[in-house]
Amino acid sequence: MSYTGRILHVDLTSGKTAIKPLNMKLAKEYIGGIGLGIRLLIDHSKPGTDPFDPSNPLILATGPLSGTMAPSAGNSYAVVSKSPATEGVAESKAHGFFGAELKRAGFDAVIITGKSEKLVYMWIDDDSVQLLNADHLQGKSPQETEEIIKEELGDYYVRVMSIGEAGEKLSRVACILNDEFRAIGRTGMGAVMGSKNLKAVAARGTKDVNVANLDEFKEFIRMIHERMKGPKTRKYRTLGTPENVLVMNALAALPTRNFTQATFDGAEKVSGEYLNERYIKKIIGCATCGMRCDHIAYVPEGPYKGTTTRVEFECLWALGPNCGVDQLDAVIEAINQCNYYGLDGISTGVIVSFAMDCFENGILTKKETDGIDLHFGNPEALIETVKRIGSRKGWLGNILAEGTKRAAEKIGKGAVKYANHIKGLELPGYDLRGLKTAALGFAVSFRGACHLRSGAYSPDIKGSVDRYKLEKGRGKIVMDLEDQYNVIDSLILCKFSRGVYYDGLEDMARYYTLATGIKMSAEELQQAGERINNIARLFNIREGKGTRKNDTLPPKIMTVPIPDKGAAKGSCVNQEEFDIGLDDYYEIRGWTKNGVPTAKKLDELGLKTFAGIVTNKAGKPKKGAK
Amino acid sequence: MPTTHSKKFVSADPNKCVGCAVCEYTCSMMKEKTYNPTKSRIRAVRLNPFANLAVTCRLCEDPPCVAACPRDALTQSEETGIILVDEDACNGCGWCIEACDYGAIMLHPETKVVYICDLCQEEGKPQCIEWCPEEALDLVTSDLLAQKARRTVVKKLFQESLKSTSG
Repeated sequence: MSYTGRILHVDLTSGKTAIKPLNMKLAKEYIGGIGLGIRLLIDHSKPGTDPFDPSNPLILATGPLSGTMAPSAGNSYAVVSKSPATEGVAESKAHGFFGAELKRAGFDAVIITGKSEKLVYMWIDDDSVQLLNADHLQGKSPQETEEIIKEELGDYYVRVMSIGEAGEKLSRVACILNDEFRAIGRTGMGAVMGSKNLKAVAARGTKDVNVANLDEFKEFIRMIHERMKGPKTRKYRTLGTPENVLVMNALAALPTRNFTQATFDGAEKVSGEYLNERYIKKIIGCATCGMRCDHIAYVPEGPYKGTTTRVEFECLWALGPNCGVDQLDAVIEAINQCNYYGLDGISTGVIVSFAMDCFENGILTKKETDGIDLHFGNPEALIETVKRIGSRKGWLGNILAEGTKRAAEKIGKGAVKYANHIKGLELPGYDLRGLKTAALGFAVSFRGACHLRSGAYSPDIKGSVDRYKLEKGRGKIVMDLEDQYNVIDSLILCKFSRGVYYDGLEDMARYYTLATGIKMSAEELQQAGERINNIARLFNIREGKGTRKNDTLPPKIMTVPIPDKGAAKGSCVNQEEFDIGLDDYYEIRGWTKNGVPTAKKLDELGLKTFAGIVTNKAGKPKKGAK
Repeated sequence: MPTTHSKKFVSADPNKCVGCAVCEYTCSMMKEKTYNPTKSRIRAVRLNPFANLAVTCRLCEDPPCVAACPRDALTQSEETGIILVDEDACNGCGWCIEACDYGAIMLHPETKVVYICDLCQEEGKPQCIEWCPEEALDLVTSDLLAQKARRTVVKKLFQESLKSTSG
């Protein structure tokens, strides 16, 4: 049985800890990872809690496969909380080594509440949990923190997740990093940790993790290992996700200069091909995974000589084409600085591009930027601005550290026109103007703009739908993908490995049962995915962030047509088709026109106890909604 | 007894090893029927992203672990060269652990006696090699390693001429 059956509760205010049993009914209904995490979040938080209030729980959740030899899932954990960026559900997953260690220490989840008086780190050594002084770690990068903690605890196999200066200073785009380069990147979880005066969590687990049916489990992972050597993971093992640069550029779907153009004239120079030829020195892997995808870049010469960091498409795009920067060594350095300060590379890149757009349009001048020439394409300005966001340096650095949404509101002067976020979370690298299934998927995602909540860009890019329009039927495509992705994120399978489950949910259900011994069918798993989406929506509704008015697209996506030559020219999302998409999605979800789950739907999913959240809102569309 | 040159042990190729620890999980799965790297006879080491290597027993000639044991609990098999542990004699004092230059001896967290790679005698061949996704592990002799090193260094020397012959 691969659940440990135990949840660790830590109150940082009093320093008290308790170990309580995991409710096994919830375990099956919510699987683990983000599913279990979101359920624990709604159960352990009060409506309207400020994300930085000590009572906002920070939940670390492993999955039923964490700690086993399951390739890509054995090494994972998720973090769930209320997001300082969106004020709705926050969730993020990371792989590497930390998750397995936490599981071996004996925990399915850790619920952290309260706030320590002084900066501390948590040392989970199997059943022993201590809060240790972290004064000496203040201002240190996650990488430095990890090294110092291993050294002082005297064990190099201790695994650490930690925040950098950005998290300590409550930047709403701060991330948590574990195992050097693996990030709990999105939705500002680093800031929640910082608000609790928690610098790091170090874990050492020496307990066995057992699966229910070892012989068949062994055969199953053997098969997955073999499949991982095949075509479904080719991209990740060869050029890596930066392969997307030229692919997206050719489709006119590569957002450039803060979503001004959809193709980048400098694409070749920041392509996966260029990167691998000149900078990638080694491709390494996470614990238990047979795939290896971590492309580690090393800058051999020039002003950034010696910079070493992991590079993948999203951060490369955000800090490269999206900022108009075609100097790859500078982009690698900017990624490195994000890791140093502990910043979400996607959000940070989109914030810098937002500031650049404001500068180009005269909303920001050299007076506000302390003399920095923030034109698109300036590599030095990019790196300096990243550093300022990470340390909240200067008037602008301090404002940008609040994220694009809040920065635009503070700057005023029409800056909101250039703010590319949904629900407060910055857009990743897909130009939604010509990827309209993705546009719908991003708009309804419960954690804000995200390509990994549904992967709804996939049918657009594959050409299985007309990507230049939104029409009836897209709602179902988005819903099915979302539900499947919820399952993936609750088993905490790496999404890079999603293609190796040839039979999709059938494979995943079998995987679950072999590990846990709990019967699970593909249908039940599908329903768990649906349940998770609904409970996340309920949390957002409870917090006033989960109805139709919150499912929006940024002004640029809806008003600035793609200017580039070619088939995509002139495309952007109009209100009429967007409403068709939303209506279609809500209907297939069994939600009202206002995007609220009906009592019937809640009953069907076993969520009746939460009916109180929707009773005041169901069926009453807000003004302006169709 | 096999000579130094014919004794085979598990070795990782530093150019191929990515530090994924699949070998550790395999070892604990095959030997202990559980998943727990602290019960593995091979351990992956990652110094930085570029420096990864799995390390296990190298079946030394005149093994210092055997010499260090005050209770004569360790012996080297004449036939295979593997280090055999007499579990009744071992009291877990750890002198052998200290004596090993490779950190290849571990103290079992539950039985409190040491355990060492036995090349998966029961399975017939080392399972970590079978499972390594990078094919970084191999059963080698020190002579074969020396041969490989010689070939690498000579290849380097003749880089240019090799290029021209391959067109």
